[in-house]
Amino acid sequence: MNVILTFIQQAIGQGIAILFGATGEILTEKSGNLNLGIPGIMYMGGIAGLMGAFFYENGNENPIPVVGLVVAMLCCVAASVLGGLIYTFLTVTLRANQNVVGLALTTFGTGFGNFFGGSISKIAGGVGQISVKVTASAFRARIPVLSGIPVLGQILFSYGFLTYLAIILALVSTYVIRRMRVGLHLIAVGESPATADAAGINVSRYKYTATLIGSAIAGLGGLYFVMEYLGGTWSNNGFGDRGWLAVALVILALWNPANAIWGSFIFGGLYIIYIYIPGLNRATQELVKMFPYVITIIVLIFTSRRNKPENQPPASLGLNYFREER
Amino acid sequence: MNKKHAAGGSVFHLTKRSSISRKKAWAIRFAAILLSLLVCAVFIFMITKQNPLQVYAGIIDGAVGTNRRLWVTIRETMTLLIIAVGLTPAFRMRFWNIGAEGQILMGGMMTAFMMINFGNTIPSGLLLVLILIVSVAAGMIWGLFPAVFKAYFNTNETLFTLMLNYVAIQIIDFCIVYWENPKGSNSVGIINAGTRAGWMPQVFGSDYGLNVIIVILVTILMSLYMRYSKQGYELAVVGESQNTARYAGISVPRVMIRTMMISGGICGLAGAIIVSGASHTISTATAGGRGFTAIIVAWMSKFNPIAMLAVSVFLVFMQQGSIQIASQFGLNENASDIITGILLFFLIGCEFFINYRIERKKESGEG
Repeated sequence: MNVILTFIQQAIGQGIAILFGATGEILTEKSGNLNLGIPGIMYMGGIAGLMGAFFYENGNENPIPVVGLVVAMLCCVAASVLGGLIYTFLTVTLRANQNVVGLALTTFGTGFGNFFGGSISKIAGGVGQISVKVTASAFRARIPVLSGIPVLGQILFSYGFLTYLAIILALVSTYVIRRMRVGLHLIAVGESPATADAAGINVSRYKYTATLIGSAIAGLGGLYFVMEYLGGTWSNNGFGDRGWLAVALVILALWNPANAIWGSFIFGGLYIIYIYIPGLNRATQELVKMFPYVITIIVLIFTSRRNKPENQPPASLGLNYFREER
Repeated sequence: MNKKHAAGGSVFHLTKRSSISRKKAWAIRFAAILLSLLVCAVFIFMITKQNPLQVYAGIIDGAVGTNRRLWVTIRETMTLLIIAVGLTPAFRMRFWNIGAEGQILMGGMMTAFMMINFGNTIPSGLLLVLILIVSVAAGMIWGLFPAVFKAYFNTNETLFTLMLNYVAIQIIDFCIVYWENPKGSNSVGIINAGTRAGWMPQVFGSDYGLNVIIVILVTILMSLYMRYSKQGYELAVVGESQNTARYAGISVPRVMIRTMMISGGICGLAGAIIVSGASHTISTATAGGRGFTAIIVAWMSKFNPIAMLAVSVFLVFMQQGSIQIASQFGLNENASDIITGILLFFLIGCEFFINYRIERKKESGEG
């Protein structure tokens, strides 16, 4: 029983970073932008939040956890939006190819994270590994009474606030996309920008807004990983391929953020299940770690076979819109 | 201002250039490169507080300062070039092969497999030939999966090839458990360090001479294939319009599968060149993001082999130089990724100014 409890907790803990990334990427893709820079943006968001908290804690005698939290959140969102802005400026305004820009952004963002994560304390004149325990304690704070309930409390209430924020953001995103006028306009932009344009929707503005909001949400995934999962420190390439798993989760979720919630728990579980399967040796563990990707490929193949329109990628995904070339 | 641009709004007016002189196009690219170097200099200055001109002198020294560094720069350039060449036919066909990383790893894995298992039994020359064959085959198979599903089910190839990269990484991790040397180190170490079996032999007095020969040969062959062969023409037609291709009696699935096998095969060969001709080991970092960088190289060069060589030289030069600078200041080598990113953003962005002309509208003129 205890093993199952830990497994569920750990799976959710692994899944939340991916959920932030997937929610952000779904919003972005709904506008027709396939942002392959999301993994880089998540690195940028994570390191920016960490650096913000680091400089705040270094500059104050008695840092207050909540202030550190706010500083970290603001820095994280600012850096993520900057990453999104590079992407949208190049693809929407300068009409460059989306895949090319996205991959360049991931190269840049990953390097940005690893470089500053590895060097920031040295650049600031300190030694050793960067660490922001005070701020991290605010991110890791649990709900006081509820988390004490046995079993139920452990499964439902034993996480920091970013976990609940991730779920709320996913639900809100689904509501906005499915039920609100801006969401329907967004779908129109992603499905057929020319038609949306003719209907008087400002295509560029929708693409910009959706991508920037999506980047900010994705960046929070990086912050979650750094603050809650690692406890306010950095490990080079520690975030690993979670950014790409977020891109994969978009497919598994069939472009619906609410589906990404349970999808992220499944991915999180698959990510760590090798610890829990008895009788695996080191080699077979590596094969089990392949599951998330193989399952994504299978889902991808099945969605391309079925012709349910709402389960398909947005029709203009990956294509830029030039009004003159209609 | 941005939005006004994009919407063709009130202040600026965009027109697509029907043609641009070669001189002007290169002037724009040159300006972009200068601008990117300027931004890099600001970045380097902020980190190191050193005179940027000195830092650039350091970059040049780091890239080509000694004979050894020069050869490393040449080796890395060739590796990036062959991957870009491998990706060319796929992109020409508008097939987004983001899976070069995986195809390189599979080629590298088969190379390491041959070196480890047959290093002592098969004579060196024959072993090298076998290595080249099996690594190409491994890359082909890795390119075949997404091609078949794209051809018959129209499965999104961008995401499919991307996922296969990580499947390949796990396969490498799986193999490392069996190949690790010494036991428990979780790394393969230098394979056949004593016998040099399966290593590419020295040519021109350099360990990397053969790399250069193979890469240049493949580049020339690919350029001839794309320009003069019937198959090269067919894949260009499929890239322009699948409907046109069908109407002209070209079998789209066949072209797609064939082209992706060629593309994957060359990337597999790149894996062999990296493992047998450069690192002599295998790890999950063997491809090291070059599969992604090469995509950008191929795209930006518009598949022109000379331009691909030029872009590869420029990127690798800056990377090697900034790695040197970073280690001088005790900073980590990921600085080179930031530099690469900045350079790429400018190079990608400047294409817009080559393709479009921006004119200021007259006050009275309404769009």
